[in-house]
Amino acid sequence: MPIFSYLAYPEQGAKRNLFESLKQLKNCQVMPSGNEELLILVTDTPDDESEEELQKKLNQINTLQCLSMTFGYVDEKTKEFNKR
Amino acid sequence: MGISRRIFIKTAAINSAVAAATSLMPGASFGAWDNIESPSGKIVWKKTPCRFCGTGCGLLVGVSGTRAVAVKGDPNCSVNKGLCCVKGYHSIMALYGKDRLTKAKVRKNGQMVEVPVSEALDLVAEKIKSTIDKHGKDSVAMYGSGQWTIPDGYAASKLFKGCIGTNNVEANARLCMASAVTGFITTFGLDEPMGCYEDMDHADVFITWGNNMAEMHPVLFSRMLVNRNRRKDVQIIDFATRNTRASQASDKSILFKPQTDLAVANSICYEIIKNDWVNWDFVNKNTAFYQGKTNIGYGTEDHFKFKDEAQKSSFENYKKFLEDYTPEKVEKISGVPAQDIKYLAALYGDPTKKVTSFWCMGMNQHTRGTWINNLVYNIHLLTGKISTPGNSPFSLTGQPSACGTVREVGTLTHKLPYGVVMKEKARRKAAEIWNVPYENIDPKPTYHTVEMFRALDRGDIRFMWIQVTNPMVTMPNLNRYQAGAEKDDRFIVVSDVYPTPTTDIADVILPAAMWIEREGFYGNSERRTQHFEQIVPATGEAVCDTWQIVEVAKRMGFEKQFPWNQENYIEEIYNEYTKFHDNPKHRMAPYDVLKKRSGVQWPFVDGKETKWRFNSTYDPATTREGIDFYGKPEGRAWIWQRPYEPAAESPDDEYPFWLNTGRVLEHWHTGSMTRRVSVLHKAVPKSYVEVNPDDAAALGIANGENVKISSRRGSMVMPADVNGRGRPPRGMVFVPFFDESFLINQVTLDAFCPISKQPDYKKCAVRVEKA
Repeated sequence: MPIFSYLAYPEQGAKRNLFESLKQLKNCQVMPSGNEELLILVTDTPDDESEEELQKKLNQINTLQCLSMTFGYVDEKTKEFNKR
Repeated sequence: MGISRRIFIKTAAINSAVAAATSLMPGASFGAWDNIESPSGKIVWKKTPCRFCGTGCGLLVGVSGTRAVAVKGDPNCSVNKGLCCVKGYHSIMALYGKDRLTKAKVRKNGQMVEVPVSEALDLVAEKIKSTIDKHGKDSVAMYGSGQWTIPDGYAASKLFKGCIGTNNVEANARLCMASAVTGFITTFGLDEPMGCYEDMDHADVFITWGNNMAEMHPVLFSRMLVNRNRRKDVQIIDFATRNTRASQASDKSILFKPQTDLAVANSICYEIIKNDWVNWDFVNKNTAFYQGKTNIGYGTEDHFKFKDEAQKSSFENYKKFLEDYTPEKVEKISGVPAQDIKYLAALYGDPTKKVTSFWCMGMNQHTRGTWINNLVYNIHLLTGKISTPGNSPFSLTGQPSACGTVREVGTLTHKLPYGVVMKEKARRKAAEIWNVPYENIDPKPTYHTVEMFRALDRGDIRFMWIQVTNPMVTMPNLNRYQAGAEKDDRFIVVSDVYPTPTTDIADVILPAAMWIEREGFYGNSERRTQHFEQIVPATGEAVCDTWQIVEVAKRMGFEKQFPWNQENYIEEIYNEYTKFHDNPKHRMAPYDVLKKRSGVQWPFVDGKETKWRFNSTYDPATTREGIDFYGKPEGRAWIWQRPYEPAAESPDDEYPFWLNTGRVLEHWHTGSMTRRVSVLHKAVPKSYVEVNPDDAAALGIANGENVKISSRRGSMVMPADVNGRGRPPRGMVFVPFFDESFLINQVTLDAFCPISKQPDYKKCAVRVEKA
């Protein structure tokens, strides 16, 4: 299932709160920038349902201003390829 | 997938994010993550521009074996600096839909039958020749796209205009960018923006005109948001006809009634003059005042003709003309409070603020599209906020090569790669480079897109070859053009990657190699030419669109003009094409340079790109110090008197709602590719009609219930979306057009701007009722 990475922009002054919120989510790794109002989020979900669930939870975080995706990978294609 | 491989992919994901962050915010630190290095793995990364919108994001596509398996934003590409949107990240999945067209098909006894590609190409060539023999050269036509690569469009133009001798070449960019072109030409004498995306790093104020950038150009919108976060005094103002995601993320959202942007733009200029915010030094040196015809019509009838006439005016005339546009008067027309108009004028007029205006379809798909482009330029010219970093009137494009192919190669009826068919000098240059007799190139334009499909319906055109586009979803007043294309004795060839409503009407279907399955070039919104190599093999028997044209040309006897072989024809075509632009105003980067870089902006002179045109500090084509609008006489841009005129069709008692149509973030145009990507399809599985909650309550419509939308041309039943991602004002509904199950263009009107001939998909009158 997909692996994505994002730049996560917090609402003003909410970097620490956003970091705490993201850290608690399943299938997520998060790293705050040491010197900018910015975090990196990497998601790695095992199936469709988990991915949809995670997206819903991300949408509910009110300290998150926006997410900009920087990487996307979906391994179904590799599985199909390896079967050939 | 094994654990080590998954770790490798995650490492690449982390590194992409770090690279994007440090590119956007130099010096940003991420502690231990900074030091993670990508282990050597089985994935090879290759650069390409994104397949979808006109932003031109640089991607790195990860290839395992012969298959594209991963995508990351290219941190070396100055367009997106490592970012990408949800379409870009899923772009490679669009290569591998289950129903890719892999074989050629020909209609035999009413059935589509698989045939070898060579047999289909034989038939295409034979049919062009026999149609010309029977009905004349102007009975055959080519209809392409802003998704054509540069070599595709160049080969099409050379075959049809140079060899066959007909100007029946058009592209779907007529439907999305033509008003931008005529806006540029009428004001500056030359097409395409003077600024670049780097303006975003300098501007203090962004004003978006009818432009939902958060969904249509999300990476650029992200760059605006980053700037607002980093530089606390940056403002984003959304000026639009409906509330969108862009409105929600902006500092201020101002709504206007459809078509009245014309009046508001004039009112802003009235205020700038009234408050003496005019940059007189700039205006006196660099502008001239003109007026054109008024009451210019809407083009809804066949054979509609219009030619504007520019008459010299003066500042005093212009000032008097603007007296009809005081904020108080315009408030009554537009619904925009006078204080908001004054606020906008004050932002533009403040000499300490750098202002960038962005627009796209809202201003271009407009029956006065040329005029509203002119009017926004007026604002920037009066204040001198143009051609300097951060000060930019910026028309964004919707397709990856609307600029590179349609506007620069000139795949429109009146255009040549250099100049227009009406000019002898341009025809002579084309004839020389194309190695065809000068007399071959017809000096008269034939049909713009709407009129071309009318000609197909009437029978003036009998053969049409459609590449990389889906007009049986996108043409306005679609019922007429569907019926016209299906008439007896019409022969339609369609080159595409998936079945669509357009392949449904085809007599020949040619399977096309998609995007990185072949080599090509795109040209994005900021004059950036972007090369991509063939990264993966073509699917099945699919053939590159350029090579399809070359093969047909050879079969028609034009081997001399199309001498290339499959080894290096893309390079050869590019080298021939760039001879047209070998001057300081438009010189393009050499092939070898483009192969190495993530795009290069033209004019490319002495190894240097040009970021800001018309400014002697940056632009090698200027002939005087400071600003030189060298596309116009005496280097002066034209400030136009353009009045407010109403839309072609407005709501009335019978049809009391405005219908506005457009796109959504997840889907590319007609959805023929993105609806094959499961993640994108699931995100927005079908189209809908956005209804204002108060209108929904008054009509008894609940969210998700079916609604019937009817116009004088057709009707459509589709589910209501109340309080969804977009919210139209009372009296308007909005429908995305990506879903071929709901052909909303059967309802829209084929009225167009009489100057640009671009249709208005944003305004017609409909009735809305519970189905």
